[in-house]
Amino acid sequence: MNTNSHIEIRNLNTFYDRQQPALINVNLAIPRNQVTVIMGPSGCGKTTLLKTFNRFLELTDGTRITGEVLIDGINIYDPNQDVTEIRKKTGLLAQRPYMLPMSIYENVAYGLRIHGIKRGKELDQAVRHYLEIAGLWDEVKDRLHAPATRLSIGQQQRVCLARGLAVEPEILLGDEPTSALDPISAAHIESRLLELKKDYTIVVVTHTLRQAKRLADYVIFMYLGEVVEAGPARQVFEQPQQERTRGYLSGQF
Amino acid sequence: MRSWRFKPRHITETIAKFFMLLSFLVVAVSLLSILWTVLSKGLPALSWEMISQTPKGGYYLGKEGGILNAILGSLFLAGGGTLVALVVSLPISLFLETYVMKTRWARYVRLTMDILWGIPSIVYGAFAFTLMLAIGMRASLLGGIIVLALLEIPIMTRAMDEVIRLMPEELSQASLAVGASKLETALKVTVRQMLPGIVTATLLAFGRGIGDAASVLYTAGYTDRIPTSLSSPTASLPLAIFFQLGTPYPEVQQRAYASALILTLIVLIVSLGSRLVSARLGRFINR
Repeated sequence: MNTNSHIEIRNLNTFYDRQQPALINVNLAIPRNQVTVIMGPSGCGKTTLLKTFNRFLELTDGTRITGEVLIDGINIYDPNQDVTEIRKKTGLLAQRPYMLPMSIYENVAYGLRIHGIKRGKELDQAVRHYLEIAGLWDEVKDRLHAPATRLSIGQQQRVCLARGLAVEPEILLGDEPTSALDPISAAHIESRLLELKKDYTIVVVTHTLRQAKRLADYVIFMYLGEVVEAGPARQVFEQPQQERTRGYLSGQF
Repeated sequence: MRSWRFKPRHITETIAKFFMLLSFLVVAVSLLSILWTVLSKGLPALSWEMISQTPKGGYYLGKEGGILNAILGSLFLAGGGTLVALVVSLPISLFLETYVMKTRWARYVRLTMDILWGIPSIVYGAFAFTLMLAIGMRASLLGGIIVLALLEIPIMTRAMDEVIRLMPEELSQASLAVGASKLETALKVTVRQMLPGIVTATLLAFGRGIGDAASVLYTAGYTDRIPTSLSSPTASLPLAIFFQLGTPYPEVQQRAYASALILTLIVLIVSLGSRLVSARLGRFINR
């Protein structure tokens, strides 16, 4: 195993309902402490691929997976693996922020409480720390106990970031995390991601090429369930090896 | 040129609208006339004595006393029954949502509940009565609570199930994503998010339970005394109404309407009260 890769995907195939494959023979190595961007046209399997990293795919009835996904060299589809531990290791930013029906404070503390941290002081410190990392502390410090749903959608996405980071994951997954946000909130999230890559391995799905170019250190280009090309951002953007990648980059589809 | 109003499509729409309005009026007028009957006939007979005393000798002939025995009895019966039903129904509906969602098993459970919902309450009463005879149990508060719980479980479960199915998938995923288990997600997120619906389902079942006469007729019995233990026979408002209405004395019949008014008020107060509580607890809900 390449020591620099954090997630390795080997011979991964996924199927929705009966036979229709969603991902076809995917082999990848996702580098540690970098931003990896998965791009490609709608329906190409970007989100499906992302969902295999935190075992969210199995939440949909009738999905089937073959092959391996290794995080730190351990196959997360091994039946002996505890799915909650895997999800604790991989924070998720969804397309739209969903606030748990609780206060801002409790949203961030939620994962910590689940994983057994109950002492008030420890929680207070952690909540503050992660809200600061998410760049939200100054905006909410006076109303930590107000319902989280009263925040703007951009602020909510940062609560999601703090909530995800609070359980100390190693990997941060983003499923088009800025697509529902206004440009300023989106820029805010992007700058957070760029800052966080020193401590986390970040994988982001995006359908906007410009965002891919702003964020990516490493790029995976997918088309119709297959990985067409994967490599360092510069190489893929400037000297794409595949005809289909060139077509996508020049806006043909 | 015909006016557009006379085109067949628009005529159809006008007729359809007319029937919709008519159906609404039928419901509204029925409700108002029920309320009017209960109020106009019951209010004059309603007195402090009625709600603070148990029947004295000769009460059913028009002499002094009240129906405190039935008021408390109904509250105990329906309160207990609803509590037991809640303890059974909430886990069932959470289980359906959390673990078996759309599988064949879930369909069977839902079908079973729908069938149980349709069974007349007198059948529940007769069934429970046979069972009680078999184990040598007499008509009692406990018997009434159990049969009301049985009656309420399908209503409550299906109503909760319909509400909990509306839980946004992404919201459960937000909880699962930080490493919560499905059970933790169900208890800490789903229940909170769906609280108003859960309260409504509970009220629906309570309303059905407190208003039912047939199921408690044999199982709880009837007595002029206030129940002192789970094994004492227990009076109920619907039966109080039935017995008073069955007497030949107009003043006792009027008291039947007053009892109906009390029953209506109890349901109203309980439902308003729990709505207030759930609105207060529901501040955090994701809409």
